[in-house]
Amino acid sequence: MKQKRREFVKLTGVFALMASAGLVPEQAFAQQQARNKAFEAKTLDETVKALGGSTAVQSGDIVITAPDIAENGAVVPVAVASKIPNTQNIYILVEKNLNSLSAGFGIPAGTEANVATRVKMAQTSNVHAVVKADNKFYVATKEVKVTLGGCGG
Amino acid sequence: MADPMRIRATEQSDGVDVRVLMSHEMETGQRRDSAGNLVPAHYISNVTVTHNGKQVLGAEWGPAVAKNPYLQFKFKGGKKGEKLTVTWVDNKGDTRTDEATIN
Repeated sequence: MKQKRREFVKLTGVFALMASAGLVPEQAFAQQQARNKAFEAKTLDETVKALGGSTAVQSGDIVITAPDIAENGAVVPVAVASKIPNTQNIYILVEKNLNSLSAGFGIPAGTEANVATRVKMAQTSNVHAVVKADNKFYVATKEVKVTLGGCGG
Repeated sequence: MADPMRIRATEQSDGVDVRVLMSHEMETGQRRDSAGNLVPAHYISNVTVTHNGKQVLGAEWGPAVAKNPYLQFKFKGGKKGEKLTVTWVDNKGDTRTDEATIN
């Protein structure tokens, strides 16, 4: 056990050295860390925090297009449209999946804040669409009933 | 190497409508095979779409995006005949880039 701890300390030390020596681009490293945190978060609040916000405000300007009842949880079409000006990012979260965050999109200027994709859902759950605009977070929610789960089998 | 993506980009009155269908397993890392071993996660983690050297969409995905991912969005400033490039990278470092012409 002690041995392992030693190795761990050594490893982190080496990594810190590499970072300080500029071998690992520090910013990229920080971004990667933030990304992992966001994808590992289990709840809406945790995810928003991992993305750099504090809380998300309910908004009627976000429209989620998803079926009320999805027959197959492995393929649930979800579209999110935001009418909030300066929308920078759109995130799709499935509340009851093991990790909430399913997908995040970066919207550069000139691109419509309207994306569609398909996600997996383990069970009936709320789907949250989180929008980042002017560095503030907004959220809209829609419940999707799943008759056949999409995770596991 | 993965199969090519199917990309359709059409010019409409209010911008270019882009639809992409990628071919990927999108393993969650939670499934078990018949022997009871976990199937390791294998999913597309990043997607970028560029037009004339300018990024028009970036996406970060987790394993909860459905198998053979589908993506649709719309951007302004594209014209018929111009090229559009879509690139994805998965968590094992595999990558694929495909090009399509706007029509």
